[in-house]
Amino acid sequence: MSDATLNTLPEGPNIKGKLSRDDIIMRAGMGVIALYLVVTMVFPLYAMLSKSFSTYQFDLATYELQVSDEEGNFSGEILNPLNLNATLGIYGDDDMITGSDGRLPLTKLFPDFSFRSTVKYKIRNKVEGGRFLVGSTLHTELDWLELDSNTFRRAQIRPVKATGFGNFINYFSTPALFNSIKNSLFIAVISTIVTVSLAFWFAYALNRSCMRFKGFFRLVAMAPILVPSLLPGIALVYLFGNQGMIKELLFGASIYGPIGIVIGSVFFTFPHAFLIISTALAISDARLYEAAVSLRASPWRTFWTVTIPGARYGLISAAFVVFNLVITDFGLPKVIGGQFNVLAVDIYKQVIGQQNFEMGAVVSVVLVIPAILAFGIDRMVQSKQVALLSARSVPYQPTPSAKMDGIFLAYCTGVALFVLGMLAVCQFAALIKFWPYDLNLSLNNYQFDKMDGGGWASYFNSIKLGLITAVVGTSIVFFGAYLVEKSNGFRIGRALFQMFAMLPMAIPGMVLGLAYIFFFNNPANPLNAVYGTMAILVICTVTHFYTVSHLTAVTALKQMDREFESVSASLKQPTLKLFGRVTVPVCLPSILDISIYLFVNAMTTVSAVVFLYSPKTTLASIAVLNMDDAGDVAPAAAMGMMIFYTNAAARIIHLIASRGILKRTQAWRTQ
Amino acid sequence: MNEVTAAANKYLSIDNLWKAFGDFLALKDISLDINEGEFVCFLGPSGCGKTTLLRAIAGLDLQTKGSVMQGGADVSNLPPSERDFGIVFQSYALFPNLTIEKNIAFGLENTGRGKSEIVVRVAELLDLVGLPDQGSKYPAQLSGGQQQRIALARAIATNPGLLLLDEPLSALDAKVRVHLRHEIKELQRKLGVTTVMVTHDQEEALSMADRIVVMNHGVIEQVGSPTDIYREPATLFVADFIGEMNQIPAQAGGSGKVKIGDAEMKSKPHEFAPGAPIVAAIRPEDVIPHGDGARSPGAPDVITTAENAFEVTVEEMEFLGSFWRCRLKSDRFGDAALIADFSINAVRRLELGEGKQMTIELPDERLMAFPRAEG
Ligand SMILES: Nc1ncnc2c1ncn2[C@@H]1O[C@H](COP(=O)(O)OP(=O)(O)OP(=O)(O)O)[C@@H](O)[C@H]1O
Ligand SMILES: [Mg+2]
Repeated sequence: MSDATLNTLPEGPNIKGKLSRDDIIMRAGMGVIALYLVVTMVFPLYAMLSKSFSTYQFDLATYELQVSDEEGNFSGEILNPLNLNATLGIYGDDDMITGSDGRLPLTKLFPDFSFRSTVKYKIRNKVEGGRFLVGSTLHTELDWLELDSNTFRRAQIRPVKATGFGNFINYFSTPALFNSIKNSLFIAVISTIVTVSLAFWFAYALNRSCMRFKGFFRLVAMAPILVPSLLPGIALVYLFGNQGMIKELLFGASIYGPIGIVIGSVFFTFPHAFLIISTALAISDARLYEAAVSLRASPWRTFWTVTIPGARYGLISAAFVVFNLVITDFGLPKVIGGQFNVLAVDIYKQVIGQQNFEMGAVVSVVLVIPAILAFGIDRMVQSKQVALLSARSVPYQPTPSAKMDGIFLAYCTGVALFVLGMLAVCQFAALIKFWPYDLNLSLNNYQFDKMDGGGWASYFNSIKLGLITAVVGTSIVFFGAYLVEKSNGFRIGRALFQMFAMLPMAIPGMVLGLAYIFFFNNPANPLNAVYGTMAILVICTVTHFYTVSHLTAVTALKQMDREFESVSASLKQPTLKLFGRVTVPVCLPSILDISIYLFVNAMTTVSAVVFLYSPKTTLASIAVLNMDDAGDVAPAAAMGMMIFYTNAAARIIHLIASRGILKRTQAWRTQ
Repeated sequence: MNEVTAAANKYLSIDNLWKAFGDFLALKDISLDINEGEFVCFLGPSGCGKTTLLRAIAGLDLQTKGSVMQGGADVSNLPPSERDFGIVFQSYALFPNLTIEKNIAFGLENTGRGKSEIVVRVAELLDLVGLPDQGSKYPAQLSGGQQQRIALARAIATNPGLLLLDEPLSALDAKVRVHLRHEIKELQRKLGVTTVMVTHDQEEALSMADRIVVMNHGVIEQVGSPTDIYREPATLFVADFIGEMNQIPAQAGGSGKVKIGDAEMKSKPHEFAPGAPIVAAIRPEDVIPHGDGARSPGAPDVITTAENAFEVTVEEMEFLGSFWRCRLKSDRFGDAALIADFSINAVRRLELGEGKQMTIELPDERLMAFPRAEG
């Protein structure tokens, strides 16, 4: 052993492996799915970002005008609109800022203009690239154009496009807009504190007490996942609205605003917080409690020194998830927010109400920042929790205590009443003829075809969307996760893929939907054809819910023996055969979980698709929104409950199917 | 003797192979030839690079530099699917949702074999590994040892030219392990397949291998037959890693001499300059006990090399079932003790007990000298 020479690699090129057919197939597959994510997420987001920096301004200096006398004779005097405006003071600087669709009529610059007069006008672009409209005809030429008064009425100048921070400056100098930041943060923080506290004690009762009916409470806690986030808003209107059943309980305060948003947010984020905290509590180590008991620590002290630190990552993670859900939610504040503006609704108002796409993009960029921060912190915390999980072993066994179990039972009953109560109110509202004047039962509110929102077709469109999303989404997600987990080498490619797969979680639905408008509705985009079809709804939904599905798939795949692929290769069998014969059957429970997750979310989502549906592809969740908007609140509640029952049925079918399939294909698990 | 085998039946040859993980060199300049039909064990402490070398041979983790020739062809950069080998992992990696039959048949499909041919071959393999009626069970329904045999059957199903085993027995309990050792060895002999097995269990290596490759820190310390490795360790690491070895700080004497304390003894010939610091080493079972000569009933108790015999005190005795392990003290070693293994017979005959004085001899052909790291 000559030592020194053994400490460095010898010169010369490294061995470059020859790719096998499987390697090539897997890389190509990964490339295709990565491309899918780039086209359906990265490109649209880029389009949106660049939109937020596009400013449009009228430039009066680039036009010239002439006016004739009553006989139609021109004196040859050339008028400049800029000077005209300066002397008359018609338009201020603010009026010069506009959107991509902005049009400015010129008649106002002539105080004695009348469309009946015989006066004639001449107009021309002074510089190359100037644009003005006469009716719907665009003129870009430099030649003079002669128009009579009646036609001049229809002459409008078009803005010029530039890139800069103009929209952002505009945003931050408009209090009505930037106040929403404060509002959004406010309701998100309050909702987070309330939800996490409620969910913690609920999870604590289910994990650490010997209370009865745990299975029932677990079921109830998960129910809000099955409805769109705007449904609790409708329930709150019935309870506390202007003609609410128990509005006295608010002592004159209005439910339309922060109070309503917070109560509704607690309802729809509760299951998410409960799941995370429950997992954290379930993995705590019993040995620590035994140690605390043997040290004669009081229960209160044990709680603070053992329980809380053990669950701390779960609590932090739950807090950020709830924060993120609330700040990005659109449906609920739309229904119950009243005059209280929040970011997600602002995007909708700017885009749908005012057709100001640039400002919509600006609000989107503003909304993405807290969402990405919350997402980033949550990911960091979760990676720590995983490390904890694998190091732990002995599960905690609660001991019965009549007093504590009683208190917890009362508490959980309270929470369950809240959840079930909201759903019951909606169902009740749906079946009442005309609240509060005619309390007879009827099915009138289910005659969706007589209301705005697309009728029963919306409901069936939603089911179609759910099913297609479940099938297509699960296939893409699981195959993608398999390729990235089990292929060899190609490190950079795989890291990049992982990053793309995590990104959708950080992108609020409203932002994704708006980004899709910018990207897919662009006539220059060859993918423009999918705009307004069911396909774009499926694509958008799959991408929107990609991350959680991907993580579920990766977790399942990580539990597979790493050497299956090695064995298969040594036996000269194609990797895809292994995938079909072993990987998919073994991971079937997780695959079914992914598909039900996608189905339920496709049924309830509002935020992303609200920008993308067309008259032919209206959806049930959107119908709830639109019927509520139109004042048909009871039918909105009825449709919301249809979504609930459909999702509940889907879950039951999923459960039965899973059991059945497990029994048939996974005989190996029972031994 | 293996060194002189003709190059004609050299099956696998590894040349100047390096493997780097980032800055860390897991394998450094490994060269090794393996003959056709040979059973070779890679032996070494955890982390020494055994698995890394095995995976490079399989193409599962390509080496950074160096070449691998198999059956006369250069396979250095080929993916596993284009090489010819069967492999068994410590985890067995049996497909949990397929029956034993389907597991074994997995590699037989798409190879031009007919359905009935596959059925026959699977039955033959199940017979071969001694589990003829387990074919319709799932892996989870078998014991660890049985699963291991199925993994082996799956690996040899297609008659690969090379069988690779990565710690195939380490997940099993001791009894099953010893039993399976013989079975694997038997099977290998019957099939005549060239086999490389990775293990960190020296007993396993000594009892199964035709040749052992002792590795440490990414380099090969010694290659040789089990007896070679045991009797003639090339380095102190090998001497220490395999079996027990007394290590006594000493100086080199003249040729064939070592100096322990003040006394000069005869040793195996070595090439150290007189006075060089060395470690004198002898295995405990090589220490010869002597009585006063008169009492031995059979052959006379004769000291062969007078300068290698000296008085010691038995400080401690431990009964290890088939022999006694004794700690012996002597002025020559200062504070250090000499460990010696004496047969039950010898202990009875010499009436040894703790505190007793006795004479021992360190036979010169078993007393070895290794370089001593100064400081
Ligand atoms: N993928 C990897 N990345 C970085 N270092 C690695 C990797 N694989 C192995 N190593 C390092 O290379 C060295 C050799 O590893 P190897 O698995 O070959 O050891 P081994 O001899 O098989 O040990 P054991 O008996 O524990 O299986 C170890 O120090 C290990 O930490
Ligand atoms: Mg190893």
